[in-house]
Amino acid sequence: MPALSKRIARRPLDLMGTFHSDKGELHGITVVVDTTGDSVYIGRCWELNDREVVLLDLDEHEEGRDGRSKQEFVRQAAKVGIWKKRDRLVLPLAEVASVTPLGQISTD
Amino acid sequence: MPYDPRIVQPMREEMTAIGFTELLTAQDVDGFMNEKGGTALVVVNSVCGCAAGMARPGVRLALQQGPKPDRLATVFAGQDLEAVARARSYFAEMPPSSPSMALFRDGELVHFVPRHLIEGRTAEQVAGDLASALEENCAPTA
Repeated sequence: MPALSKRIARRPLDLMGTFHSDKGELHGITVVVDTTGDSVYIGRCWELNDREVVLLDLDEHEEGRDGRSKQEFVRQAAKVGIWKKRDRLVLPLAEVASVTPLGQISTD
Repeated sequence: MPYDPRIVQPMREEMTAIGFTELLTAQDVDGFMNEKGGTALVVVNSVCGCAAGMARPGVRLALQQGPKPDRLATVFAGQDLEAVARARSYFAEMPPSSPSMALFRDGELVHFVPRHLIEGRTAEQVAGDLASALEENCAPTA
């Protein structure tokens, strides 16, 4: 997935105005969590720490499901957003390839 | 569970102070949306500090920059549940998110700004994106 950085994106805290600054810089931000496997998740980041990422109100996709790649799924979500499929997901960081704000994904 | 109205009130007033009409019921929304002519901007307001804190000033700045929609309205997510649900029914093809913004021209949705394109951005960036959409859709035609 070339559009997604391998590093975990960092945003300036002072621009976000979050109420829970102890939850990591992406708290409250809609992020794309690409995994080392076939799955990709998009949801609101509740917490990102050195062990896990916790997503709320998320959608998920597996490579090739319904004939769509992960990239196609992410690109569509970047245009309009996501339809929530799950309330919550806790993903060990060992399974995470990248975490990127959805707003930074190109829709071209 | 809705927030304490005392917390929300300043966020409501931030919109009404710049000319937005609050739509508090489904009937209010239908009344606003049934007027199909011209352009209308509907802002789904929100308490969310991650995004709405920049959405409201972003809207204000955008309206100061260039052409304005003919009509402005707002509903408040998590507060006025019936009104928000009805408002979203007018842009049902878009996944629900808040804050968000929907621009209509002659009753048709012509531009939509979902939450993820607001959060983490500055008010100036939000304003720039919205102002472009207003310029494209609300400028008087020659």
